[in-house]
Amino acid sequence: MSDNVTAHSVVEPSSLTKRIAGILVVLYAIITMVPLGWIVLTGFKSPPDSISYPPKIVFDPTLEGYCNLFTTRSRQTAEYLASLPPPSGTCESIARARNLVVVSESKFVPRFWNSVVIAFGSTALAVFLGTLSAYGFSRFRVPLKDDLLFFILSTRMMPPIAVAIPIYLMYRELGLQDTKLGMILLYTAVNVSLAVWLLKGFIDEIPREYEEAAMIDGYSRLQAFRKVVLPQAVTGIAATAIFCLIFAWNEYAFAVLLTSGEAQTAPPFIPIIIGEGGQDWPAVAAGTTLFLVPIVIFTVLLRKHLLRGITFGAVRK
Amino acid sequence: MRFAEKVATVTPAAPARRVRSLSDRTIAWLFIAPTIVLLLAINVFPLIWTVRLSFTNYRANRMNVPLRDVGLQHYNDILTSPDVWAAMQVTARFVIATILIQTVLGFALAWLVDKKFRGHGLWTTVILLPMMLSPAVVGNFWTFLYQPQIGLFNYVVSFFTGIPPSSFQMLGDLTLSPWAIVLVDTWMWTPYVMLICLAGLRSIPDYIYEAAEVDRASKWRQFWTITLPMAAPFIMLAVLFRAIENFKMFDMVNLLTGGGPGSTTEVASITLKREAFEKWRTGYSSAFAIILFVTVFGLANIYVKALNRLKQR
Repeated sequence: MSDNVTAHSVVEPSSLTKRIAGILVVLYAIITMVPLGWIVLTGFKSPPDSISYPPKIVFDPTLEGYCNLFTTRSRQTAEYLASLPPPSGTCESIARARNLVVVSESKFVPRFWNSVVIAFGSTALAVFLGTLSAYGFSRFRVPLKDDLLFFILSTRMMPPIAVAIPIYLMYRELGLQDTKLGMILLYTAVNVSLAVWLLKGFIDEIPREYEEAAMIDGYSRLQAFRKVVLPQAVTGIAATAIFCLIFAWNEYAFAVLLTSGEAQTAPPFIPIIIGEGGQDWPAVAAGTTLFLVPIVIFTVLLRKHLLRGITFGAVRK
Repeated sequence: MRFAEKVATVTPAAPARRVRSLSDRTIAWLFIAPTIVLLLAINVFPLIWTVRLSFTNYRANRMNVPLRDVGLQHYNDILTSPDVWAAMQVTARFVIATILIQTVLGFALAWLVDKKFRGHGLWTTVILLPMMLSPAVVGNFWTFLYQPQIGLFNYVVSFFTGIPPSSFQMLGDLTLSPWAIVLVDTWMWTPYVMLICLAGLRSIPDYIYEAAEVDRASKWRQFWTITLPMAAPFIMLAVLFRAIENFKMFDMVNLLTGGGPGSTTEVASITLKREAFEKWRTGYSSAFAIILFVTVFGLANIYVKALNRLKQR
C-alpha cells in the first residue's frame, strides 16, 4: 500500500506553508489567552495595582484578592486596631495594613459549594437517565423514535428566559424556589437531552453481537446491559458526564432568575462581589480564577471528545 | 397518556428471544420512560402553562387580581410593538455580525490548523479553551477589560493606535457597545466554529486532492471546487448552532451592558427578562416567550435535519 509514498505527497503542505500556518495559529492562541492571563494576574494584584494606569504587568504579588474573596472585613479606628493582639494569619495581616479587621467568612465558599452540589447532582441524574434512554433508543425499535429524539433535543434549544417564566411559577407553587433540589431537577432536564444524544452515539458504536453472544450464554438482557454494554461504554459515559458537569457549572440565566440565596451558584455570585467603593476586581478575578480552573482541567481531559460533545454526538473524528 | 400507548407497542429489533425475566418491550419502556417523564414535567407542562397564561392578564407579583382572559391581545401587542421590533432587530444584527465574523475567522483558523504544523494539537486545545468557559463569569470580567481609564482593552487599543484610552467607552457608547459584545462573543465562540470546520476539512479524502493535482487544478481552484463545497455541510451546522445560541443570547449581554446604553444592545432575551421579572407582566411575557419558542423550534428543526444528514455521511 505504501509503495507510492514519496517524501512529499502532493497533498502534504510544504514546510514553509506549515511554518506560516503555525505562526498565525500560535499568534491567535496567544491573543485569545491574554484576557484569561489577565484574570489570573489580576487575582494576585492589590486593589490599587489592579486599577493603575498604565496597566501593570510587573507588580508585587499579594494574596489580598483571595483574602477579600473569602472574608468580609470592616474598617476600624487606629486606636481600636492598636488594642488588638497581633494579627494571626495572612489575611488578617493584610487587612490590618489597610485599617481593617476580618469580620467573618464571605459567602463565596457556600456559593461555590452550591455549584459543586448542583453540578454533580444534576450530572449524576442526567447521565443515569441518559444512559438508560440511550440504550433503549439504540437497541430497541421504539415507535416514533426520531420524533422522540427530536423532542428531547429541542428541549435543550429553548431560550432559558422563556423557560424560566413557567418554571418560576411552578417552583413557587411547589416550594422548589431557590432550592438545590429545584436547580438539580432543572439542570438534569436540560442536560438529559445532551446525555441521550451523546450516549446514543457511543452505544451505537458498541457491536450488538457482544450482547447477543452474552445472551446466548444465558445472560438476561439486563445482565448483558450491565456486564457487557456498560463496561464498553465507560469512556463515552465519562465524556458525557464531563459535558453535563461543564454545562451545569457554567449556567447563569436560570441561576440568576431562580436563585437568590440558599441555592445561589457561583456564576450569579461572582459578578456581584463588591469591595469598598465599587467592584473589588482582584477579588472578582480570584473568584473567577478558582471558578475556571476545574473547567480548564476538564477541557484538557475532554479534548478528544470535544467535537462530539458540541455537536450532540453527530460529528465524530 | 399517549406516550404510554406508543411505548407499549415497542418491539425488539432482534428476532424475539425470550430470555427469562423482563421482556425487551418492558425494558425499553422502563429505560426511556423516566427521561420522557422528567422532560414532560420540567419542559412540556410548564410550556403548556405558558401558553395558557399568554391569553390572560396574569401578573406573578399580584396573585390576588382575578384572572381575566384577554384572548390574542398580547400577541397582537407584541407583534405591533416598536420596542419588540427594535429588540428583534438588535438580535438579528447581533446574530448576523457574530456569525459572519466567526465563520470567516473560524474557517480560516481551521484551514491553518489543518496544515498540521508541529504542535498543532496542543495549540488547538489552547484555542478551544474560551468556548468551554462560563459566558457569564468571563463576560463579567470583560467589563473590567473594557474600563475606559484603567482597562487593558482600551490600553492596548491606545498603544497601537495612539487614541487616548479614556476617550472612548466600549460599553457606554451607542455605536461601540454592540461591537463590544460582538467582540467578546467572537473571542468565545470562534473556536466552536473552528472545531466543526476542522472536522469538515478532515472529512475530505486526500485522493480527491491528488486527482485534482493530476488534473493540474490550481490551489485556488481546488479550494473553491473541492475544499469549500465539501466542508459546506459542516460550516452550515456551525452557523445554525451559533444562530440558535445567539438568538437566545442572555448571559453576556446582561452582564456587559444589561441592554444599554439606552436600548442599543437590548436583545430579545433581555426584553423578555425585563417584561417578565422586572415589570412582572407575566401574561404578556408568556406570549413573547411562545413567539421566541416557535422561532427557536423552527431553527432547531433545520438544525436536526442538518445533523442527521451529516450522520449519514
